[in-house]
Amino acid sequence: MSNEIRDAIGTAIADNDIILFMKGSPASPACGFSARTVAMLEALEVPFAAVDILPDPRIRQELSAISQWPTIPQLFHKGELVGGCDIVTEMYESGELATALGAPADAAPEAPAAAEAQPAPIGIENRL
Amino acid sequence: MPSADEVKTRIEAAIPGATADVESADEVHFSATVRASAFDGLSRVQQHRLVYDVFEGELGAAIHALALKTEVTT
Repeated sequence: MSNEIRDAIGTAIADNDIILFMKGSPASPACGFSARTVAMLEALEVPFAAVDILPDPRIRQELSAISQWPTIPQLFHKGELVGGCDIVTEMYESGELATALGAPADAAPEAPAAAEAQPAPIGIENRL
Repeated sequence: MPSADEVKTRIEAAIPGATADVESADEVHFSATVRASAFDGLSRVQQHRLVYDVFEGELGAAIHALALKTEVTT
């Protein structure tokens, strides 16, 4: 049932302060735009959950229906869509993203050690 | 497949007062800067949605990627 997928996505967005819907995983992105977005979040040293939308086409369908946003990746913060790769890049370069996401002041462009991944609904990789 | 000119024309026709610079090396991946007074008062997400709405159903299909930058004009 697609409603179950939609509910799971809604719950994931509500339950995770920062969540990225992407192609592939943070360790193995399957698209350049997803890879760039992951790299910016890692540079800011903010913990984030990640969902791979590729395993089931309904994930992307339902996600776009919820967010009214057609493309992947999609970054959410506190339940709100921050944007896709273009907006995240603009905000990263202006420093807005660090402020908005509450990045540590000493965040350096060096990726932190990855936290352990735990199995979760619709393949959320929890990096909190 | 749409040309960069077609993408530009469609954006400018659909969004009142918009001007668009569109580039594409391969007519599948596009890069656009769109300036419009219609963006005034809208969040970035809302501004980008206005442009995406022009190509509903084509993004991810005929238009593989549309890198987008929006600016408010007065």
